[in-house]
Order: sequence, then C-alpha cells, then structure tokens
Amino acid sequence: MQDASSTEAGTTMDTDSNFATSAGKQLGLYALYALFGLSVLIYVLSVAAGSSGGSVSGGAINIERNSITIVLTEEPPQLDSTRSTDAVSFIVLAHAMEGLIAYDDNDQLTPGVAERWEIRDDGATFWIREGAKWSDGQPVTAYDFEFAWRRVLDPATASEYSFILYPIKNAELVNRGDLPKEMIGVRALSDRVLEVEFERPTPYFDKLVAFNTYYPLREDFFESTNGRYGADADMLLSNGPYVVTEWIHGSSMVWKKNPYYWNDQKGFLDEIVTAYITHDVNAKLNLFKDGQIVETSLIAPMLPTAMEQRWQIDRFMDGSLFFLEFNHRENRITGNWNFRRALQLAQDPSELVYKVLKEASYLPAQSLFPVWIQGIKEAFRKEYPAPEHKIDVERAREHLELARQELGLEEFPPIILLSGDSPLSLLAGEYYQELYKQNLGLELRIDAQIFKQRLAKMTSGEFDIVMAGWGPDYFDALTFGDLFASWNLNNRGHYRSEEMDRLVSIGRSELDPEKRMDAFGDIQQLIHEDVVIIPMYERGISFVVDPRLKGFKRRSVGPDVDYSYAFIDTTED
Amino acid sequence: MWIYVLKRLLQGIVTVWFIATATFFAMHNVPGDPLLNDRAVSEAIRINLEAKYGLDQPIGTQYLIYLGNLVQGDFGISFTQENREVNDIIREHFPISAILGVLAVVFAAAGGILFGALTAIYRNRLPDYIIMLLVILGISVPSFVIAALSQLTLVTLNSAVGATILPVAGWGTILHMLVPALVLGLGTMAYLTRLMRSSMLEVVNSDFVRTAKAKGVPPARIFTKHQLRNAILPVITVLGPSIAAITTGGFVVELVFAIPGLGRYFVQAVQQLDYTVIMGTTVFYGAFLVFMVILVDLLYGFIDPRVKLEK
Repeated sequence: MQDASSTEAGTTMDTDSNFATSAGKQLGLYALYALFGLSVLIYVLSVAAGSSGGSVSGGAINIERNSITIVLTEEPPQLDSTRSTDAVSFIVLAHAMEGLIAYDDNDQLTPGVAERWEIRDDGATFWIREGAKWSDGQPVTAYDFEFAWRRVLDPATASEYSFILYPIKNAELVNRGDLPKEMIGVRALSDRVLEVEFERPTPYFDKLVAFNTYYPLREDFFESTNGRYGADADMLLSNGPYVVTEWIHGSSMVWKKNPYYWNDQKGFLDEIVTAYITHDVNAKLNLFKDGQIVETSLIAPMLPTAMEQRWQIDRFMDGSLFFLEFNHRENRITGNWNFRRALQLAQDPSELVYKVLKEASYLPAQSLFPVWIQGIKEAFRKEYPAPEHKIDVERAREHLELARQELGLEEFPPIILLSGDSPLSLLAGEYYQELYKQNLGLELRIDAQIFKQRLAKMTSGEFDIVMAGWGPDYFDALTFGDLFASWNLNNRGHYRSEEMDRLVSIGRSELDPEKRMDAFGDIQQLIHEDVVIIPMYERGISFVVDPRLKGFKRRSVGPDVDYSYAFIDTTED
Repeated sequence: MWIYVLKRLLQGIVTVWFIATATFFAMHNVPGDPLLNDRAVSEAIRINLEAKYGLDQPIGTQYLIYLGNLVQGDFGISFTQENREVNDIIREHFPISAILGVLAVVFAAAGGILFGALTAIYRNRLPDYIIMLLVILGISVPSFVIAALSQLTLVTLNSAVGATILPVAGWGTILHMLVPALVLGLGTMAYLTRLMRSSMLEVVNSDFVRTAKAKGVPPARIFTKHQLRNAILPVITVLGPSIAAITTGGFVVELVFAIPGLGRYFVQAVQQLDYTVIMGTTVFYGAFLVFMVILVDLLYGFIDPRVKLEK
C-alpha cells in the first residue's frame, strides 16, 4: 500500500508498520536460514562428538544382555591397588580384584584367593586355592602377593596406605628406607603357600588382608606395562569377578564378567556399564527416575518424593564417625580438661542430628566405636555399652568457670572452630556457634576451609576445635581404637596419654579376645571421661535400587557399593 | 596486514606467559598442601612424594623447570589422576567442552541476534515485552537452577511419553548435545538479545538510515544492509570472549548432565590443589581466550570497513 503521508522524518505509524512487516518477514527468512545452518552444524558436531567418546548406555537394566548401568561419582584416580587411597578406586578394584580373604553377602569374611589360613602369635600362613586365576588364564600364586606387598612397602612407590601393612615384620623399617625390600616378613614358600611373619602379635590380621592395599599383583604383567600399570583398561590384570574391558576416561567404563574367576557364587551379571560420571545428587536422581541407572543415594529433600513414588528405600550405615576433635597441644585453651568437659556437658548430639541436620539415616554418636563394630561375639556396643551422657548446662557452666580460673583468664577469647566447606558442615558449625553462645556465653569463630586446607591446618595445629571424621579400613575395633595413640599420625589433635597408649597396645597385640575387647571398652570410657573428642554422628545413607535388581550390597566396611552378588530378577515378589 | 597479525600473535604469547607466571605463583601461595590426604603419611613417604612431584625444589627452580616443560608442550602428570598426563586430559576433554561451547555460542548468537532484532522492530509492543521478560529471567536465574530445572523437565517429558525422547544426561549423540548446549548458551543469549536490541535502536535513529529511507530504499534492504549489519558489530565484538567464557564456564552444565568436558577437571583441580592440572588448564584456557580475541579483532576488520587494522 502506497504511503501518502510520509514526512521528512519518515516515522508515521503507517511507515512504521510497513517497515515492521517487511523487517519482520526478512527476519523470519533469516530465522529459517539460521535453523538450517544450525541443523548442519549440529550434525557435524554430533559426528565429532560421537568420535570423541560417549556413553554406551542401554538403560538401567538390560535383560537380554544380563547387564546393568550404574553411575560413578568421579573418574577413578588410581587403579593401581598398591597406591590407591580413594573410595571410587576402591569400588572399581573391589569388583576387578580379590584378596586372600573377601566379604560375603552377609558382610562376613570368607575365603577369597586363600582357601584356608592360620593366624598364630608370630605370623600367619595362607594356602592359595587351586582354581584362582587371573583374567588371562594364569593361576594366582603366592608370589603375586609377595610382589604386591613388597611394592606397597617400597619407599619409592610412596604408597599412602603402606601403614596398613606395618603389622608385618620389618614393614615399617623397609618403608622408611632403613632396610631392603627382601627383609619384609612375607615369603612365598611355593606357588600355593604364603608365609607371613608379624612384627608383634596381630590377632586381627585376617581382617586386614581383605583390604584393598593387600590385593595381589603379578610381576611379569606389571613390568610389561612400563610404568603405566592401572592407567587404562588394558593396563590392568584382574583376578576378581569382573574385568575392566573398556575405559573412556572421565566418561564411561565397562566391566565384563571374568571368565576365569573361580567362584561361581559371585559375578552373576555379565556386564556392568558405568555410563555416567557425576557427583551431583540431583543429576543422579534424574537418571534413576529416567530409568538409566539402577541405584542412587537419596538426600533428605528427596525422601518425600521417593515415598510418594513408593520406591523401596534402603539405608545403611556408611561406617564413618564424625566428631569434634580438640587441639590438645600446649598453650591451647582446649588443652584444659575442665574446658572440654564444659563443652561436652553443654551439648547433646541428638539435637544436632534430629533438629539441625535432619538427614534421616544419621545416628547421634555416643562413642568412638560405631554401632556396627563387632565385639567378642556380638556387637561391641552391646557388650560394652557407650558411656551415659546427659546434657547438663548447669554443671557445664561450673566446669567452664573452673577452666577460666585454671587458665587465669578474665574472659575467654574467641574459639576457632575449623570446618569443611560443605553445606552440612557449615550448618553444623553454625549450630555449635549458637549453642555454645547460648549455653556457655562462648564465642566460636567458624573457619571454613576446603578439604586440603583443613587437613593442612589440622596437621599444623592451627585450630581449637575441628569437625573431623574417620572411616574404617577394616572390620575390627582397632581401626577406630588406635586413632588417639600418641604414635598415630592421624591423631592431629596431638592427644597424649600414657593410659591410652597402654590400652591401644593391648588392643593391637593381645591374643585373648576378651582382654582385647576389654581394652577397647576401656578406651571407649577414656575417650568420654577425658573428653578426647565429642562424638557428633554416625553417617548413614538412604538409597534406592531398581526393584528388578537383587543382591546389591552396600557395606559399612569393605567394598561399599558391591554388585558382585547382584542379579536381575524380573519376577514379581 | 600480516605484520599486524604477527604483532598481535607476539603480544598474545607475552600475555600467555604472564598468565602462566601469575597463576604459578598465586597457586603456590594458596594455603593448603596438595600432598596431604585423609590418611597421614610418615616422613619418609612424604619426602618421596615431594620428590615425585618436584615439590622438594625451591620455588624459583620449580618455576624454571615448569617453564622449560611448558615451552616443550609438557604439562606434566596430574596429582590426583595419578596415571594421566595433563596433556592427555586436555586433549581428551577439551574437544567435548569445545563442541558444547560452540553449539552453545551458536544458539546464543542466533537467538540473541534474532530476538534482539525482533524486539527492536516491534519495540514497545507485545513481542518486545515478552522477550525482554525472558531476557531478564535468563540473565538473573543462575545456570545451575536452569540446568537442574531443564533436566527435571526432560525426566517428566520422557516419563509422560513413555520413551526416551531426549537423554537426561550423558554424551555421545546429537540428542545429548541439544539441551545442555541450550542451557549453557541461555545466559549469553539473553545478554546478546539486550545488546542487539539497544544496538538496533541506536542504528534506527542514525543518519545513514534516515538517508536511506529518504532515498526511498525498500524497507527490507534498509533492514538488512544498514540496520542489521551495523547493529551486529557490538555483538560480534562480544562473541570472541563469549566463546572463550562459555567453553571454559561449562562446569555446572557438565556436572549436571554428566558430560566429560574439561570444565569439571578445571574446577576440581582447584579444590584438590592439583597443581599440574591447574597450571595446564589455566594456561590452555588463557591461550585460547587470547587467540579468540585476536581472531575477533581480525574479523572486525572485514565486517566494518571503517576499522583499519594497521594502527
């Protein structure tokens, strides 16, 4: 339509709408071009993406292939069992490897590569079973253990878990570089017999050898990898129920059933695919909802949805204990017993767990020893009940006053509470800050640090109180019991007590189970009476599993996530 | 022209060297110890670990050794991924971040330019208001919220239809790329829309457009040749750094959608004080950014005849 009323400025409504229409049409045309160009680009990129590594997912459960899909929380950093230290590597290795002794589906120790064994005062002997084979068909021999353990203790390997082999004779000296490797008290007497000498009586040695760092390693294979052992799927030799057949770093892994594995009561699934690597709990939940993975953990906000959906929610204690650790060094206020006693009496872990943290599976802690630790015949905490504790603010204030007088202070300076940087840590920190201000009039300053920095400050003693945690390495009370011995490097608060050292020595080497457990019982008392730490909570995890998968295990100690007993069962119960 | 390019490249190299040096010393001054772990180790092991990672030398020596390796293209071995070389990490994961990043930028640019032009044409009318509202949301809502919400939407979509329309997470096919790239580019798309809008509006009132209108040039041609082409310039300027920012800022999207990109390594390395990965990725990203900026400057010369490259 002709525009009859254009002025010099050319901005009448008609011109504008005319312009707008043409411009709009032109834009529309460009949009179409863009869409086309975009499609071409996407196609090109997808070809590039496909070749750069991607998921191999077939959905959570694939019945024809007898395969499941799982998610790992991070790329396994170290699959050389002589050097690994982290939980994810432990999970992978628990499926790919097997030690002398393993865990059965009731979380009890059961023969692994060793068909029987003998633990004596001065040492142990293990008899290797005949059918144990590596994934290349070669038999597993006692020499494989001898080689692996020597490698762990070789100072050049710089293995951070070497300490767990220290009960072996000369192990510590070799690890320090004071003696050659050949002096380690482990010898393969033949292919089938492994002989171990102890540094001191070690009644719990059978519990130790189930641990990751004790897994075997075959020398000829190791040499053939030229320093790249554990770096890729083909740089790993397995003797466990599964073999890592594919590994695209940071992206996915495929574990296939080890055809040479001896135990037909394990390894029912043919294939386990790790198609996703992420630690974001929401992403994992979404993957589970979408039917892409078989299992995921649930945090508190997810539970209502889970219950609405009628998912079967399971829980387990993940084995770890969290506590307030004091700095017992000289010149620290927290070195004063009355001060610590005041803090102990003014709090109650139940309030922290049920009112503040509100994670359904957490248990208020009452002792250094978690509920699942075994005693002589039954649960340790049943045979040796935890010391009674009741919050008593009045008495707490009395002790605080005594402390103030003993320390010669007018008033207390701010107390540094070192903590991690996770939301839960900060929440707990703020709770204690408010609690102690209210009950004792103390000022707590929260020093939130990332993990490495928190460790550095703990090691150098730059804290008054730290929110610390400890996870078990083996299924015996000693894994917690020896934490506060004066020689334990993990005793970063530098608690020193002759009584504690005496009791831990008994716990380490006493052969009579009753006397041993009595010592741990005394340690439990001592921790409470001397206020070495204030226990906070034992961590539990809620999780959900695809109902078609049975036999899936999560453990408090030992391989946490364990699919080696799992199988697919689609029949309705 | 080539002298100009050469000059820029040399300047770029100096910039990257500066980035590497600043990062090296900043990183070594961050409190905390990369070799500390949950389980304390004895003195002997500690000494061996330090020797293994070259941390037992004085810092000056470490720096020179580092530079020497850098020039040869050797970034060393990761502290946390103990069997992987940093070069391999970058080589295997950067292409994924790059693909995601390129797609995100293309979405952002196409969307930004189109929507921006749309709002300018229909300014103060309904399309303008709707788009500007979405733009404000896009700029203000944090990426992890958008990422989580979009993933949830996918789950709901898939369960409503009963089959997997779009994968909820993961990487490997066209379908895996679409939503993450969209989420990643959304913030930049919103920003570019606004930029394009103001740029267009400025151009609409300029002299040469009025001249063109007075000359009777058809509206479509005014729109394309004069308005769009000029208004696009600020957007292109911003595009270079945007590409770099998007490609390196994909951490949240990569985490939520379980995409094996470099962004995750970058962030985790800082948290775990993985010195070699921190240095490698920072230098790499720095070089990438510098290169993108130079590229855009060169491109500018082609698009805008008013800009002369030689100074």
